[in-house]
Amino acid sequence: MDTKRTVFPARGLPYLLVAPQLLITLIFFIWPAGQAVKSSFEAEDPFGLSTRFVGMQHYLRLFSEPAYLASIGRTAVFALAVSIISMGFALILAVAVNRLVRSASAYSTLLLWPYAVSPVVAGILWWFIFNSTTGILPFALEQIRIRWNHQLNGTQAMILIIIAASWKQVSYNFLFFLAGLQSVPQSLNEAAAIDGAGPVKRFWTIVFPLLSPTTFFLLIVNLNYTMFDTFGIVDATTGGGPNQATNTLVYKVYTDGYIGLNLGSSSAQSVILMAFVIALTVIQFRYVERRVQY
Amino acid sequence: MASIDIKGVKKVYQGNVTAIHGIDLAIGDGELVVLVGPSGCGKSTLLRMIAGLETITEGTIAIDSAVVNSREPAERDIAMVFQNYALYPHMSVRQNLEYGLKNRGTPRAEIDSRVAEAARMLEIEPFLERKPRQLSGGQRQRVAMGRAIVRQPKAFLFDEPLSNLDAKLRGQMRVEIRRLQHRLKTTSVYVTHDQLEAMTLADRLVVMNGGRIEQVGKPTEVYDRPASLFVAGFIGSPPMNLIPLEALKNIVGSAVLKDLPTETDLIGVRPDRMQTGEGEGFVLTGTVDLIEPVGGESHLYLHVEEIAAPLVMVMPGRPDLSEGAVVPIRLPLDALHPFSTRTGLRTD
Amino acid sequence: MVENRPFLAVLTHLVLLAGVVIVAFPVYIALVAATHGPTALTSGAMPLLPGGELFANVMQVLTENRRGVAPFWLMAWNSLWMAVIITLGKIAISIISAFAIVYFRFPGRVLAFWLIFITLMLPVEVRIIPTFKVVADLGLLNSYAGLTIPLIASATATFLFRQFFMTIPDELMEAARVDGAGPLKFFRDILLPLSRTNIAALCVILFIYGWMQYLWPLLVTIDPNYYTLMMGVKRMAAVSDADPQWNIIMAAVLLAMLPPILIVVFMQRLFVKGLVETEK
Repeated sequence: MDTKRTVFPARGLPYLLVAPQLLITLIFFIWPAGQAVKSSFEAEDPFGLSTRFVGMQHYLRLFSEPAYLASIGRTAVFALAVSIISMGFALILAVAVNRLVRSASAYSTLLLWPYAVSPVVAGILWWFIFNSTTGILPFALEQIRIRWNHQLNGTQAMILIIIAASWKQVSYNFLFFLAGLQSVPQSLNEAAAIDGAGPVKRFWTIVFPLLSPTTFFLLIVNLNYTMFDTFGIVDATTGGGPNQATNTLVYKVYTDGYIGLNLGSSSAQSVILMAFVIALTVIQFRYVERRVQY
Repeated sequence: MASIDIKGVKKVYQGNVTAIHGIDLAIGDGELVVLVGPSGCGKSTLLRMIAGLETITEGTIAIDSAVVNSREPAERDIAMVFQNYALYPHMSVRQNLEYGLKNRGTPRAEIDSRVAEAARMLEIEPFLERKPRQLSGGQRQRVAMGRAIVRQPKAFLFDEPLSNLDAKLRGQMRVEIRRLQHRLKTTSVYVTHDQLEAMTLADRLVVMNGGRIEQVGKPTEVYDRPASLFVAGFIGSPPMNLIPLEALKNIVGSAVLKDLPTETDLIGVRPDRMQTGEGEGFVLTGTVDLIEPVGGESHLYLHVEEIAAPLVMVMPGRPDLSEGAVVPIRLPLDALHPFSTRTGLRTD
Repeated sequence: MVENRPFLAVLTHLVLLAGVVIVAFPVYIALVAATHGPTALTSGAMPLLPGGELFANVMQVLTENRRGVAPFWLMAWNSLWMAVIITLGKIAISIISAFAIVYFRFPGRVLAFWLIFITLMLPVEVRIIPTFKVVADLGLLNSYAGLTIPLIASATATFLFRQFFMTIPDELMEAARVDGAGPLKFFRDILLPLSRTNIAALCVILFIYGWMQYLWPLLVTIDPNYYTLMMGVKRMAAVSDADPQWNIIMAAVLLAMLPPILIVVFMQRLFVKGLVETEK
């Protein structure tokens, strides 16, 4: 952890400067996180008057609860599907834009703006489109004999949130893939062309391997996004339903804790998610160090 | 203007790395002292301690007779010119020059007149409203000097101010700095690793090595009578030839060299004091290995039987010799410098 | 490009046009919906071209008070305030803490750095209940302070400034010290002006971030006077199942999503810089 070669003589000033950030961090981050850990090991009596230590009970119960295990599975499906779809789509678009010279920035603008659409608005937009009574897509699907009703059909509900979440994330992935592609030296491409590789072969043997740091970085970011930033999408489209079919881990923390007021279980779920974010962050930062060398 | 007195100054970094091993140096009022040495010799650290940018582990530094050890850089009334110029990139040249004066609460009229004078002196008037990035390297260098001059400080501190310039510009600026310093008569400490720059600028030269002072003196004194093997090798280009005494004795006979101080085992000769042909002094026989014409003079690389390392000799013009020629080489007696390998010092 | 095949060029444009159409599709549908009267949208066989009712619908959104939500302009005002306070707050506390960490050496410095780093690992989504409790205990429910302050700590902005400060030559600070500038003067006269572009880029990213907040306002506001637009449009959409007024709702959704989109489109350079640099 470096500083400058020379530093200002320290008295109280540096403490004053970090104080606001640290106070907010301690009060609104560290303390609540600690509370979550603490209450994940405690149970309240029915009147909320006293708490007692119950050890790993909440955790053990969670992992024997089919609903929670199912939620883990659903979250995994959701996260992987969104990452693959939005990254794949974004990569195709980035490769296409990277081929262009004059119109590249116009296309970029047209592809970047969905980043500014909030998850909850994205949810509302897609919900409107897929609404079983007034939506345009169910109407179109009806013409090819597919009945769409995500309020009854869990698979369709999952498809809905996957589409909405992927749609919103394409811009972000596009931006980073494009930056990655632009940093591939043109001379490599030219050398491969002289060696007789066609454009498709060049992409898979030269460009894509060089993009792997970007791809890995985006995979981590996308997992993070689908796990934690998609609350608004779920809340605006399915509310976790039907019959828990889209109740992802984060949404479950909210419904069990804030709506269901099951403090112990919700806290244990929070702690499990924290462990997951910490793991993702550590992986990301280890990797960032390598990216600097690259 | 002021004198700078450095007494017993040491610098020990965290982890017990000693950068400066105890230095005493008195810099007189109006003097331009050049600290010269290879990188890592402690010259920049010493300068930065005078500036107040490094703490002093031991000893005292006094400016104008007042000990400044615990004073902030701003309270020492010094100005500094940095290697990368350290111009404030978002300020115009004028604002760069004014900044230090404003911070000291100098009255507006005074600021304006000082900036105008410095700008005239350095011929940077046409650029006053430009940003540093719109200037060439040489112009930036002038602005950095101007920022020091307007302050009218007790001392100028220069930290390798010319090493980012190309060779031609460096030569011009060297002359200019010399002229300015003569005119302003401000006490100056100048750090460089370039021995030519050091020689040409200094009133007094301080040769440093490994955190210690090797020699202090007028440039010509240091050149003519280097106090140690290190100084002999560092000052002067091409460097001094060092011939083992044993080898010399084998060639010219031990009788003539007997009244050298004991401990002497190396004899140094400057390349430009060596001559061809017979005459006073010792005469060796050498074979010309290589001739480098450098323009106005030529460097000859000579091989002498008994002496392992080639000898270098500087001759004016273009000597009428070809590679492979065998020539007599004369070492005048007054050009010989006796050294001891054991102490690394001069022995006479 | 290495080769010049007309077929590839055409394919490239086709792919991109398809991409642009897919990306724009949901918003186009919303736009169409917002431009028709209520009767046009009662079944899936909605019109595919815009109608002429946009202005009327927008006026209705802006003037009409709807059941269960605050007036539109009030929610817009709340969203604006929230985004602005979060943006300025994050930048302010991040830049001064980065300044302290880079330009001072003080006991506890490394600890402070790690505490700030940890916030990266604790998104509000995973500590909903205890954070809500803290805010409730401090009496900050239904207030701008409660809406914004808990979101103001920012490791990414601190890291961005730290990284930027490390690239500023050491000599600049030394020159300023010799020129008589103390830490605060150096910060104000040198560091802050040099950080201008970074601050601007962060402003773009953070404003969008603040504007998008949904879960947090949902937790800490019960009083509709503190509802934000994101909450408001969600509530409007949710109650419309019974009484579908899709033209009005979509007009409201379009209005709610417009400000950050305009920022991305018109400040694309800063937006890209902000997004890419905060992820380093």
